[in-house]
Amino acid sequence: MNRIDKTFFCLRQNDEKALITFITAGDPDLDTTARLILEMENQGADIVEIGVPFSDPIAEGPAIQEANIRALANGTTLKKIFNAICSLREKTQIPLVFFIYYNSMLHYGLDKFFSDCANAGVDGVIIPDLPHEESGEISEYTKKYGVYQIFMVASTSTQERMEAICRNAAGFLYCMPPSDAADMTDEFENNLNEMFSKMNMISDIPKCIYSDSVRTEYIHKLKKYSDGLIVGSAITETAAAVGTVDEKTGKAGALTRKLKNAF
Amino acid sequence: MSKGRFGEYGGQYAPETLMSALNELEAAYNDAKNDPAFREELNFYLNEYANRPSLLYYAKRMTEDLGGAKVYIKREDLNHTGAHKINNVLGQALLAKRMGKKKIIAETGAGQHGVAAATAAALFGMECEVFMGEEDTRRQELNVFRMNLLGATVNSVTSGTKTLKDACNEAMRAWAEHVCDTFYVLGSATGPHPYPTMVRDFQSVIGKEIKSQMLEKEGRLPDAVIACVGGGSNAIGAFYDFIGDTGVRLIGAEAAGRGVDTPHHAATLSKGTIGVLHGMKSIFLQEDDGGIMPVYSISAGLDYPGVGPEHANLHDSGRAEYYAVTDSEAVDAFRYLTRVEGIIPAIESSHAVAQAIKMVPEMSKDKIVVINLSGRGDKDVYSVAKYMGVEIHE
Repeated sequence: MNRIDKTFFCLRQNDEKALITFITAGDPDLDTTARLILEMENQGADIVEIGVPFSDPIAEGPAIQEANIRALANGTTLKKIFNAICSLREKTQIPLVFFIYYNSMLHYGLDKFFSDCANAGVDGVIIPDLPHEESGEISEYTKKYGVYQIFMVASTSTQERMEAICRNAAGFLYCMPPSDAADMTDEFENNLNEMFSKMNMISDIPKCIYSDSVRTEYIHKLKKYSDGLIVGSAITETAAAVGTVDEKTGKAGALTRKLKNAF
Repeated sequence: MSKGRFGEYGGQYAPETLMSALNELEAAYNDAKNDPAFREELNFYLNEYANRPSLLYYAKRMTEDLGGAKVYIKREDLNHTGAHKINNVLGQALLAKRMGKKKIIAETGAGQHGVAAATAAALFGMECEVFMGEEDTRRQELNVFRMNLLGATVNSVTSGTKTLKDACNEAMRAWAEHVCDTFYVLGSATGPHPYPTMVRDFQSVIGKEIKSQMLEKEGRLPDAVIACVGGGSNAIGAFYDFIGDTGVRLIGAEAAGRGVDTPHHAATLSKGTIGVLHGMKSIFLQEDDGGIMPVYSISAGLDYPGVGPEHANLHDSGRAEYYAVTDSEAVDAFRYLTRVEGIIPAIESSHAVAQAIKMVPEMSKDKIVVINLSGRGDKDVYSVAKYMGVEIHE
């Protein structure tokens, strides 16, 4: 059983929701990344999303762009990331999911990439620039190696798209909220309600929602609809604001705990 | 294989937040394309506003001086706003208007596309925001001021290499954020489907005109059409109508910067490999670990690490040939055309002129070559002066 499915199965049994935290691999180095992952797990993270740094992260805001630059400047490569995860797997069985631009895996070689994912214990991949129309290119490998492609759904996705995405979905759905997210108007809540009602009609796969904000009342609002919270740049920003590895893990751990309690 | 393929290239490698907008755009474009009223309106603006058809000029002195094939110059530099970019921008802005979008955004390298977009926004009463790399805003200060005069906001992009590639990243981010009310006017035959096809269609007026003008003047087709290639919109526009005419060589000139064997060039088809960026599968200049390589050219308009997917396919099939032209060859060609024909070419277009200067003397006198002069060079006078070590004060 894929670790992601196992995690959602257990969470549902306990009537809990998932907390999915994000950090960029190699920001500022891979040892720190490993320590951050373990500390976030200790403090309640259920799944960790590992950003693979790329020169042109078109789907990121400024904070994660900076994290990508720091990681690349430090010589972080996909090969080194796989090695780091292999060592980390001796210490944890938390589901690990890559957030990776398609070019990085294409350049690495698709077969080798998914084979290395399976060997290292990477359970899924989120590919922001590989929508379901193009995902046929990797489906052979995701099947062969049992690695899930986690699909994104946006509030702008049409009903037809949602249906097509759900047909191929595995693990969970990565849901992008309406763009007026932060202001919490009635309209925002209506849009959110509509989006999740549509998806719930189509599929019972866990639906997790992305959030850049960590404000408690906002998170409470999201909790009503989704099965999990995907934390955007908040942990990256918190960790980047302090200097030593101990400080970084301390801050990231505290924020993880706060979010887990709120969600 | 998904939609919008040229061989294995093209496709829609875009974030989910943009997919519905891309599909909506595709449907709107297909609808407009088949609507005689839309075509009529576009033709009106192309002819009455942008000065089309552009001239096909027989460059007699250049022909005599080079002593080989007969040289014609397609004068896209005489279009309103000074380059071919206006052809595409008028098409897309009219489409935006038809779709009820009030705001357009655009990326720009040299500033020609940004100026064209700002011009169309002024003409149609739209709001316009242009993303331009900080490095390019310095190289093309005059164009930044022109855009401001036209009422556009220029957003200086400080991420990455601070050039065209990063302006594209930022424009895509901005579009994803404001996708409901904003139309992204993409400037080259690049990006996710339907852009490469749509931009090519809007630019194909160049090749269609070359063909009919050449038939009128010479009673036959040219032997070669030469154009510069960054993303490749002027080249695909000039080539497209000739793809089926296999007797016509299609020749693209890429930017070799300080040389293709140095790290300072933008010669994608000479040195690149297959990859995915900015919504398309195509050929890109990449680092060993799959990062996109920082590129360099004296020309801000050719300073792009990728190329449109249709060019990648024409390159693979061998239907079109691509050669790399260095900064110094381009500057020499810039000065040459200025002196010999009294035409100051854009530094981008000077790459095509340089390629012609290399090829024409080797061709016999009964051959005919067309250079697509994609833009005028007033904007480049400072950069060329600097390159030549001449100091100009305002």
